[in-house]
Amino acid sequence: MSNRRDFIKISALGLGGAAVAASSYNLMGGNKLFAADKKPLEFRGHNLKRFPTYCEICFWKCAGWTYVNENNEIVKVVGNEEDPHCNGRLCPRGTGGPGMYYDQDRLKTPLIRVEKDGKQTFREASWDEALEYTAKKLKEVGEKHGPECIALFNHGSGGKYFGDLLKGFGSNNIAAPSFAQCRGPRETAWIATYGEEVGSPEPTDIRDTRCLVLIGSHIGENMHNGQVQEMSDAIDKGATIITVDPRFSTAASKSKYWLPIKPATDLALLLAWIHVLIYEDIYNKYFVGQYTYGFDLLKDHVKNMTPEWAYGKTTIKPDVIRKTAREMAEAAPAVIVHPGRHVTWYGDDTQRVRAAAILNALLGSWGSRGGFYLKESAHLPSIEHPPFPKPRRTWRDAYPGQFKLATLALASGICDATIPTSNRDCSFKAWIVYGTNLPLTLPNMQNTLEAISHLEFMVVIDTMPMEITGYADVIFPECTYLERYDLVRTSPHRDPYLALRMPAVEPKYNSKPGWWIAKKLAEKMGLGDYFPYNDITELLDWQLKQVGSSLEEMQKIGVKKLDRKGGNLYYTRGEDVEFNTPSGKIELFSNELAAENFDPMPVFKQHPEPPAGFYRLIYGRAPMHTFSRTANNPNLTDLMKENSVWVNPKVAKLWGLKTGQNVWLKNQDDVVTTFPIKVRITERIRWDSVYMVHGFGHSDKLLSRAYGKGASDSEMITHVMVDPIMGGTGMRGNFITFLTEKPVKEVES
Amino acid sequence: MRYAMAVDTKKCVGCSDCVVACQTENNVPIGYCRDWIVENVDGTYPNVEIELRSERCNHCDNSPCVRCCPTGASHIVEGGIVLVTHEKCIGCGACIQSCPYDARYSHPDGYVDKCTFCEHRVKKGDQPACVAVCPTKCLYFGDLDDPYSDVSQVLKHRKFKVLAPEAGTNPQIYFLT
Repeated sequence: MSNRRDFIKISALGLGGAAVAASSYNLMGGNKLFAADKKPLEFRGHNLKRFPTYCEICFWKCAGWTYVNENNEIVKVVGNEEDPHCNGRLCPRGTGGPGMYYDQDRLKTPLIRVEKDGKQTFREASWDEALEYTAKKLKEVGEKHGPECIALFNHGSGGKYFGDLLKGFGSNNIAAPSFAQCRGPRETAWIATYGEEVGSPEPTDIRDTRCLVLIGSHIGENMHNGQVQEMSDAIDKGATIITVDPRFSTAASKSKYWLPIKPATDLALLLAWIHVLIYEDIYNKYFVGQYTYGFDLLKDHVKNMTPEWAYGKTTIKPDVIRKTAREMAEAAPAVIVHPGRHVTWYGDDTQRVRAAAILNALLGSWGSRGGFYLKESAHLPSIEHPPFPKPRRTWRDAYPGQFKLATLALASGICDATIPTSNRDCSFKAWIVYGTNLPLTLPNMQNTLEAISHLEFMVVIDTMPMEITGYADVIFPECTYLERYDLVRTSPHRDPYLALRMPAVEPKYNSKPGWWIAKKLAEKMGLGDYFPYNDITELLDWQLKQVGSSLEEMQKIGVKKLDRKGGNLYYTRGEDVEFNTPSGKIELFSNELAAENFDPMPVFKQHPEPPAGFYRLIYGRAPMHTFSRTANNPNLTDLMKENSVWVNPKVAKLWGLKTGQNVWLKNQDDVVTTFPIKVRITERIRWDSVYMVHGFGHSDKLLSRAYGKGASDSEMITHVMVDPIMGGTGMRGNFITFLTEKPVKEVES
Repeated sequence: MRYAMAVDTKKCVGCSDCVVACQTENNVPIGYCRDWIVENVDGTYPNVEIELRSERCNHCDNSPCVRCCPTGASHIVEGGIVLVTHEKCIGCGACIQSCPYDARYSHPDGYVDKCTFCEHRVKKGDQPACVAVCPTKCLYFGDLDDPYSDVSQVLKHRKFKVLAPEAGTNPQIYFLT
């Protein structure tokens, strides 16, 4: 069957992108580019100049310096010592940043889908033509179905520009998979408890903690730089680490206590910990009395949730549960029960993270040294532009009465609502996709591809060919973060900080910065007023001057610390605090959840277990890769080329598997991985589970280093357990088995 | 002066930042490396232990690679750093065979290459690239003859081991355990 939106292999085109003349538009803000740092550094016989940046290889956004030699070649990227995200030390991905710039597989010039001799293909286009065509198509969809039938999926620094474009057009359907596929349940749980979200970076005061509790968080494998650094400092200072993980993670290997929990039972353990704190009378009475609401209700609620009750579910021995609870109480309030980050596991994730939030409240760690600090971020004023029109409909109209506590749009929800149904009067008709490879990011790849097949138009903005680009109607090649300006980084920390990203070199090939693409597209759609500047440097300079800095200053220093305005880093004894919850207190009993008819206090529910011969699929991160985005970076593939499937030796014996052997994985829905994956037999994983690193198994041949390397966990995640509270997609309920022979493709009759 | 390095296996998370920082600092071609990560897993689930080590040339006091080099390309400079003069190296590979730590590789340009302790940085007073970048600060570098150097201090206060002590090479990379 031929689909209008067949996947197109861009390779058919040849790679002559550079042949299209670059526009004469001045991307560099005049000669400011090379004014940044006059002091040359000698390096391998070269004189180097350096330019400030902040990293775009993950969301931690560490600030650094890009070093360029006299031939305008990028030689290295090094952390900025003033930056609290990295303290002068980038992680392997940041250090491997030049690989993203040098990757010869990059998108090079705008491409438009055309039909030629009955076959679909991409043809190269000038920026002007591609922008004109995209503006026309988006306007057509807007006129036919309404602008709110257009959605934006985004991840990364440039999402704001395309968000403003879409809002100006009349749609606020703007979603990032980082909410419903990742940290959404955590934010909803924290708002229900503390009246504010955890945010990024998490305000965990790890450097001064005496006890760090990790529930499935694998710090060190997830390379959240500042946290990894502070965990190392905490180890130096002799802090107790308690890790709960069915896998012997790197963090588990650094821990005083590793609790090898049976998967899907974490909530039982958390409730038993709460029970011990309350019934052994070792909770933080001052904090609970001063700041919390609903303690007596909670006490009654967990009455029977004893360590013995939890033992049968979690397989963690009662004395270990008691001992670890006492360790936490001993350390309190300098204790952190980490809220986690990727927490969309079993569909009751908001409730599980709520239990962690409650536990922190009982220990009094919120707003305490060694617990959670009171973060602060810099505020840059927005430049004045006409008000955005009010959209007639939003994505929420597709889910009447559901997911009311979702604070951000659901990427999965918009994807699902793109597939037309008879009981919905409007489905999404066009997507703008910025920097997110949806087929490997959303669960259930087949569902995502079906949604895409119903679209009338899709434009993708990215630096690399990805699975998503093959399905686009128009592709805009963005230059990498090392070649562009972006908005000033203002993410929160112990003190408010500014960090500047500026280009170190001209954009390679015929690529352009995201802000330029969005602005030009806006102009062609008659929405230029929403981008009231000629060059982003005008906006940056104006914004920076409002807070006592300037573009010129930031080009020299890269990172600037501002003064805190919001008081102390921790609560002072007896301080009166009004929390943004219905009761004004930290809610152990959640009035917000009760009002929506959800359990006001977490209740443990049993989750399905793998049938005989199947194993629960657990996935995670490797320190040298970010999701599926870095799998082709030449520096980073050199560190890790492919993932493997971790198998316990007892399971391997049963199946006769050997380390290094290729297997195909098949899940409970009979879906088989496209590519084989190598077996790694290891004692680091339980016998009822397997583990693999997320982000491999790329099927786009244009990724010359990543194509067919390892297997994709996303492909195996066809069973999704949706969190009824906020729409998170629980993805840890998939079970796989092994195929040791290459599966024969069934031919459709 | 005696340069040495200590690697804290209790803090190393095996992220390989030391590897990529060395590659970019020293222009090591893709597919080769001067330092690397070793993960040793011991025990049976759930009683498991992991030791993570960032490894590189041990800059041995009694270095078999220098002794076996037919051209004098492999040599020792101030501070005990073992270096290879690329121009003098004929790529015979005798040193690669002699190294108990497998720390040397054949560079595609025809010579043998290995860790230099970033001598070009160290002589300017900087730390080696791997030490400077390590997010966990698990690498300590300095002069063993200076009792106040990072490496002397940490070796004074912590238990440590060296690799293949039976080889008698007197290696200068210490692993804190």
